Amino acid sequence: MSFLHDLGRSTLQKVSSVGASSIMLFGALFAFPKWKNIKLTIEQMYVVGVQSLLIIMVSGLFIGMVMALQGYTILVNYGAEGSLGPMVALSILRELGPVVTALLFAGRAGSALTAEIGLMKATEQLSSLEMMAVDPLRRVISPRFWAGVISMPMLALIFSAVGILGGHVVGVDWLGVDSGSYWSIMQSTVEWNKDVVNGVIKSIVFALVVVWIALYKGYSCIPTSEGISKATTQTVVFSSLSILGLDFVLTALMFGIS
Amino acid sequence: MISKRTELWVGIFVALAIGAALLLALRVANQGMAGGGETYKLTARFDNIGGLKPRSSVKVGGVVVGRVSRIYLNEQDLVPMVELEISSEYEQTFPDTSSLSILTSGLLGEQFIGLQPGFIFPEDLEMIEEDGVCQSAPYENCPYLTEGEEIFDTKSALVLEDLIGQFLFNQGSD
Repeated sequence: MSFLHDLGRSTLQKVSSVGASSIMLFGALFAFPKWKNIKLTIEQMYVVGVQSLLIIMVSGLFIGMVMALQGYTILVNYGAEGSLGPMVALSILRELGPVVTALLFAGRAGSALTAEIGLMKATEQLSSLEMMAVDPLRRVISPRFWAGVISMPMLALIFSAVGILGGHVVGVDWLGVDSGSYWSIMQSTVEWNKDVVNGVIKSIVFALVVVWIALYKGYSCIPTSEGISKATTQTVVFSSLSILGLDFVLTALMFGIS
Repeated sequence: MISKRTELWVGIFVALAIGAALLLALRVANQGMAGGGETYKLTARFDNIGGLKPRSSVKVGGVVVGRVSRIYLNEQDLVPMVELEISSEYEQTFPDTSSLSILTSGLLGEQFIGLQPGFIFPEDLEMIEEDGVCQSAPYENCPYLTEGEEIFDTKSALVLEDLIGQFLFNQGSD
């Protein structure tokens, strides 16, 4: 009997947390039209976007360089090192750009969001806001939500651009692939609508999911130091898993079945 | 409320993102054809198109002048038809005796259409100047390729199995 009790309780908890997170998402989404919040959003963009810039650019550079190095050693066997440009560009624009940016973003900014909001809850700042008739969804959650959703596609674009330039550094300047063929074969292969725009759509979807999970985990955490640490861990784990799972679904929809 | 420094950094961040988008648009992705913009349409009939695909390029001596826009089957003759979009820059440039062949770039490369420009008879050149057949809309007598015209002189793609079959057949008959 106690097994059935446990099953029932955990099911009810799951369902109610889905409901609670949806209510929070709804609140955060529709608090945007208040333009007085725009300053708060810009402030959060500094925290979430600008402070993630360095880690994104450095990892983009190194991933582009590694892609070029690995690609070159294989392609040179077939005398096809001219195709290095499209290989680097397509794999970064379609997959690595959005996915790695989202994973880094979840680790760098998502965990920070959860911890910040969890601590606000533990120190009863959120309840004090409510006491002052300030809606915490509007004042605290919504600016962070929109800052994340706006910042991440931009970070992914920067990641891709830096990665392709990094591939150029290794492929052309170091290994001696012809610079003209690196760019021109890339240009004749990469399509704006199919590759670049789909990459941006992917990163918008990942941004929604990561920021949503991070904010909800912080907002609903058990307000103790243990609860906050658990919520922060869960944010990183859940968002990483959902990024990778969603990436497969989106790739299948965009590039798989035509 | 927001410090000037924060504003500056967010500004730099947005500028970087716009710069990255521009780099991707101008340097990495192809925006249509070289020059983009206006094109005119030609059709051609092949026996076999091999691995030709929509958006394959049309080249004259290696210079890209257009792209394949559509490939479909002619329902009466059951042969593949290929629709080409040629840049308007090259309008009334290629004689209508030009021929098309499906070629492959490199050993593993993609297939493209090679356009071999034909020739124009001297009397046709006189006709162009005297009668002005290439100046206004029905271009029926114009000796250049114009909008909607069909190219008849085409060479199909090489199919490896056919080649081997022919080779074996020749060997057998010796």
